Amino acid sequence: MTEVTPAIVIEGLENRFGDHVVHHDLSLTVRRGEIIGVVGGSGTGKSVLMRAIIGLQQPSAGRITVLGQAMDAPPMRGDVDIRSRWGVLFQGGALFSTLTVAENVEVPLKEFYPDMEPALRHEIARYKVMLSGLPAEAAAKYPSELSGGMRKRAGLARALALDPELLFLDEPTAGLDPIGAAAFDHLTRELHETLGLTVFLITHDLDTLHEICDRVAVLADGHVIAVGTIPELMASDHPWIHEYFDGPRGRAAAAAQDRQHARLDSSAQTKA
Amino acid sequence: MTGSCDFSIETAADGATTLALSGAMLVGTVGPVDRALRAAQVACDRVDIAAVGDIDTVGAWVVWRLARDAGATITGASDHAARLIAAVRGCDSDAPIVPILPGVWTRVPATIGQVVVELAVGMVGTVAFFGAMLVSVWGVVGHPRRIRMTALVRQMELVGVDALAIVGLMSFLVGIVIAQQGAVQLQQFGAQIYTVNLTGRLALRELGILMTAIMVAGRSGSAFAAQIGTMKLTEEIDAMRTIGVSPMEALVLPRVVATVLMMPLLGCYAALFAILGGATISAFTLDIPFWNFLARVQEVVPLSDLWVGLVKGPVFGLIVAMTGCYQGMQVSGNSEDVGLRTTLAVVQAIFMVIVLDAFFAVFFTKVGWV
Repeated sequence: MTEVTPAIVIEGLENRFGDHVVHHDLSLTVRRGEIIGVVGGSGTGKSVLMRAIIGLQQPSAGRITVLGQAMDAPPMRGDVDIRSRWGVLFQGGALFSTLTVAENVEVPLKEFYPDMEPALRHEIARYKVMLSGLPAEAAAKYPSELSGGMRKRAGLARALALDPELLFLDEPTAGLDPIGAAAFDHLTRELHETLGLTVFLITHDLDTLHEICDRVAVLADGHVIAVGTIPELMASDHPWIHEYFDGPRGRAAAAAQDRQHARLDSSAQTKA
Repeated sequence: MTGSCDFSIETAADGATTLALSGAMLVGTVGPVDRALRAAQVACDRVDIAAVGDIDTVGAWVVWRLARDAGATITGASDHAARLIAAVRGCDSDAPIVPILPGVWTRVPATIGQVVVELAVGMVGTVAFFGAMLVSVWGVVGHPRRIRMTALVRQMELVGVDALAIVGLMSFLVGIVIAQQGAVQLQQFGAQIYTVNLTGRLALRELGILMTAIMVAGRSGSAFAAQIGTMKLTEEIDAMRTIGVSPMEALVLPRVVATVLMMPLLGCYAALFAILGGATISAFTLDIPFWNFLARVQEVVPLSDLWVGLVKGPVFGLIVAMTGCYQGMQVSGNSEDVGLRTTLAVVQAIFMVIVLDAFFAVFFTKVGWV
């Protein structure tokens, strides 16, 4: 068995807009099969980082390798298009507004596998819609008829259309009510376990970080200042990290997770 | 991500048939097998996937669907495959993927009815909008300090000054075409000197102002609809209302007043350039010297022609600007509506301008300004 290649390797990434340097000497490795959360203050370039990884933004310098494929090299003949191996959920869902949810899911399928039988494509669209936690009837709805939470799930269904190995989520729980956000976290975790996904998750939601992330990468001053589990991050002495995780909201999120674990433990004991 | 998918059908001694799938069952490889199995309509008692390598949810779905349709059991599933099949099994549905539309016999009358109702509502809405605008004009006249001079001057620049180049060029070219084509016809009677009458009168009475109105509808009317529509979507208009700023005063009035003021000026300017265009082409092809052409324009074009053009200017300006602002204010829902309303603003404005122009033509003839 050869060594498993990491999902994403970023080395010495630099992104600049004119004189404004967003990233400088940024390095990060995302392992296969983990959920990595990316946090950072507003304007630290979390979304720019994601856009650079998925090739929407040409970096000024540095190397990005995704699933063993260098992003700056032209694709080799016979290579499966790297874009069919990842799925992206943009912040607002970014659904095509003139297509129904099911048609949205079918777009990548049509693009990458035009020979596929239409009947199979429709079936795939239907079950992906339900797999993303939407009711079956939502398949025929247009994006404007959906609520914010449903739109995110529809965007997720499209991101999952090609059974990707790698899933990018840009602030998936932003703008959702706490119940909807918790449900989305649960869905992400469940899909991660069932489908064996690697998830690259940009978020401000401390509950999400505590609940589903295996590791957290902290972005500040243009590079990744720390990567690790939340207890590991707390052990570092960077003031921003402490302010972030040890602030009133951070403590509340940690306490909420402790309570939930306690509840699960006690219910497990009662059953035993 | 390599290797293709294949299938075989075996019948055991007890008569039970087994559909054995093998290879990689992935979104990229399962297509041909799916097609073949659909065409063959295989009946089987067992679906065996022990020889299947890589599998994703699409592969799992195909396995599950085959088993469901044939009433077969799935055997030989690995842990991973079993987990995926369990996941897709719970997502089985036959819900439609596009909204179900009523039949054409229902849809056509329904659409016609809808259009008629919308037309009526639109007319009432336009009149109401005009009324609301007059009320706010009255309010501003009572309190002149509420006039937004900065916005007004800015809009005058956008509507008038910024349009000078394109309106001038367009009119110059139209002047050339009128004079040249007119001369060709008049030459047959030896009356090419009347090219001056044709160009001069047409430019001042009709073309200058009409072409300008169409250009302003395309440039500014559409911009008004798009700007106000976008502000409506981003709730800027609601924010204004809650702060106590009237969108009518802050957004609509400066635009409408600026257009009403700039239209006669632009129309006059356009007529001037059309005459210059006519004079230029005449100098080259009709042997009428440039300055003679201009001098003759003074002799043959009555002053009433200028007035006809100038009277129409503010009216056309009012229509173009008001339609743009009205459609902008009607935007609701999504960004698609902004595009729709912008198109509607331009189309309606141009249509109404041309209808009114016909009305004016008859009117001025009747009152003796021929």
